[in-house]
Amino acid sequence: MIPELGNFALMLALCLALLQAVLPMAGTYTNSQLWMGLGRPLSAGIWVFMVLAFACLARSFLHDDFSVAYVARNSNTELPVYYKFAAVWGAHEGSLLLWVLILASWGYAVSLLSSKLPLDIVARVLSVMAMITAGFLAFMIFTSNPFDRMLLNTPTEGTDLNPLLQDFGLTVHPPFLYMGYVGFSVAFAFAIAALLTGRLDAAWARWTRPWTNAAWAFLTVGITLGSWWSYYELGWGGWWFWDPVENVSFMPWLVGTALIHSLAVTEKRGVFKSWTVLLAISAFSLSMLGAFIVRSGVITSVHAFATDPERGMVLLALLLVIIGASLCLYAIRAPVVKGSASYAANSREVFLLINNILLVVATAMILLGTLFPLIHEAIYGEANRMSVGPPYYNTIFIPLMALLAFFLGVATFSRWKKTSLEHLKQNLKLVLLASVVLGIGLPLLVTSSINPAIMLAVGLVLWIVFGVLKDIRDKTANKDSRLAGLLGLGRSYYGMQLAHFGVAVLITGVCLTSHYSIEQDVRMKPGDSVSIGDYSFEFGGVVERKGPNYDAQSATINVSKNGKAYRVMNPEKRKYHARGDVQTEAAIDTGFFRDLFTALGDPRGDDAWVVRLHVKPFVFWIWLGAFLMAAGGVLALLDRRYRYRPVLLAQTTEAPSATAPDAVMAKVVNS
Amino acid sequence: MNPIRKQKLLIVGVILGGAAVATALLLLAFNKGLNAFFTPTEIAEGKVTGTQNIRIGGMVKKGSLLKEGLQGTRIEFIATDFNEDVPVVYTGVLPDLFREGQGVMADGHMDAKGVFQADSILAKHDENYMSSEVKAAMEAAKNKQAAKTVANGGAQP
Repeated sequence: MIPELGNFALMLALCLALLQAVLPMAGTYTNSQLWMGLGRPLSAGIWVFMVLAFACLARSFLHDDFSVAYVARNSNTELPVYYKFAAVWGAHEGSLLLWVLILASWGYAVSLLSSKLPLDIVARVLSVMAMITAGFLAFMIFTSNPFDRMLLNTPTEGTDLNPLLQDFGLTVHPPFLYMGYVGFSVAFAFAIAALLTGRLDAAWARWTRPWTNAAWAFLTVGITLGSWWSYYELGWGGWWFWDPVENVSFMPWLVGTALIHSLAVTEKRGVFKSWTVLLAISAFSLSMLGAFIVRSGVITSVHAFATDPERGMVLLALLLVIIGASLCLYAIRAPVVKGSASYAANSREVFLLINNILLVVATAMILLGTLFPLIHEAIYGEANRMSVGPPYYNTIFIPLMALLAFFLGVATFSRWKKTSLEHLKQNLKLVLLASVVLGIGLPLLVTSSINPAIMLAVGLVLWIVFGVLKDIRDKTANKDSRLAGLLGLGRSYYGMQLAHFGVAVLITGVCLTSHYSIEQDVRMKPGDSVSIGDYSFEFGGVVERKGPNYDAQSATINVSKNGKAYRVMNPEKRKYHARGDVQTEAAIDTGFFRDLFTALGDPRGDDAWVVRLHVKPFVFWIWLGAFLMAAGGVLALLDRRYRYRPVLLAQTTEAPSATAPDAVMAKVVNS
Repeated sequence: MNPIRKQKLLIVGVILGGAAVATALLLLAFNKGLNAFFTPTEIAEGKVTGTQNIRIGGMVKKGSLLKEGLQGTRIEFIATDFNEDVPVVYTGVLPDLFREGQGVMADGHMDAKGVFQADSILAKHDENYMSSEVKAAMEAAKNKQAAKTVANGGAQP
């Protein structure tokens, strides 16, 4: 009964989504207030039915209703309750349900938080979002219904959740990731609405910015959780593999980052308008491409969902319709939209343009690398297959990001419209000197060896950090007191600086971990010990241990630091009852400056086992930096001006003059 | 020059700069990061020359996995497409789903003795999941075997 209710809720949601896709949009053409006004209640309705459907599936999992095929494939009576709930989005059908629920939630959020926007814009935005929702709902109902039943021959026991997914990191990873992916649909819908009306102004950019920031922050957290999970759960101590599935989550992130910066220019200066729209369309299109690649199995990946070409074709069609239609619209309408302000070669606009180009080039390169095996096979036939390995991505990505970090520092001190070289020189002289001297000096002092890559990285990190600090100091220098100055700076300013600081932390983590990690795979018998740096690892043998739904072989590794006992680590190999899968469970001692990572390999006779021992300095900083970036994004979207002033700007149809935003900013600061 | 044209020139300049950097990096990266994929049959046919990095795929031949009595963490096994075999040597920890009779992919190079020296063995999340490369390679090998049988059959009176 409950699964039927869920199914029914899905169908109702589809009907409402179809209505919402058509009526409010039609209302904008017939100028019918009633029809346009339907957008808000309909999006609430879709959301309610999606929540209901989700609750029904969750209940089926919690009650072990194995007559639902999806539950039978992904749960088991022995599975702990927490994972039964998380198993709702553990495979294709359920994760699609979560995807659509999140899409509906974003739509509902837009309808709630848009009270100050003109009704016709809200109507268009909600209609566009409903079109996407309807597409995905139809795809789910007709090809991948999570409520499909097996009423004949109902299994008495389920085949269990994939053991890799029985883990906290991976239960929260998909919701965050989807919040990010799907969140870009809001920016996308705003872009489409703006193209339809031709009103692409600073007000439009201002409405889009908080939504873009929110989606971007979620995506940042989602990718970070995924990376953290692969670090400790895949058992091999890596944190990024340039796997196609990682790449497809990273591309919308890079474009989203570009979009955030380009929106800043469009809001403040009224230029780069059509470029911003193109980025908004691209960010969501790349999210959709990601969904297609992960779920269709066209590309070999270690993460891919079980593959089904037929579903892939339907998704591809959906993808082509959405991307094709939006790009056509863009081609027709974009020429109408023109920038109005001018700027010099040495202005913040140009530095942000450089930022955008670097990010877009990086995205294009990753896209090429990800799709290259497909393209190559299509041209040269099946007999000539290629794979693209990490060296490809590293060769391209690292120099681009080094350039990006450099321009980040310069752009912080540049001014809108025109920056005199003198001004830049004056501001950056000290920062440059300090970062070059310390960048060379610090690594030399600490390691007493010359490593240009490390020196460059340390220099760039200091370049960013000193730039952030100096800028905050300069901005507060002329105030009555330092504290008043600090309090007077807006949240979006702090958000920006926090995110940039996060970049520096992230680079530090990535660079030091990759260069100074010590990794040893050794064969150990009980009593053997291995020393790495200050730490000594003594292997105490392997014992059997029973878990709730698995049997584990649990190793004891006694770690001592400088001869003193430090802690005991228990990496395991778990064999899960239902599927018989073996899963490595690494034991990690996390610290601020270094992680100790141990994983149990395979037995090699005579009680000897292969053991993986890593000492990884600063690896924690990678995730810390990423979380700081996400926190910066959230801080920026909480800025007051997004809430207090939309009424005023909604009337401004032309781009504001160069001084307007600053004057208004001052007003907000003073109030 | 009028300001609008100047501005356009500026944008075009920046974009061209980006494209130039991109192309240079791309050429470099293609040199380093592209691995051709080969099957045991293709290796037996002598399609691989030299010691450049390649990726191979096939099945771990039943009964071929050797890990006891070897030095350190070294293992040896035979990758097969049921037509030809390639001996593989690897040092390190094996992925969880590495098993005899299961699909495997490995990155590395062929040494002078015709042994594949693997730098990494690729793990799979899903044991039912076989990469399209391996699947296609198996099909190709099967077809070749069938063709061989037909040819042999045809040669007999």
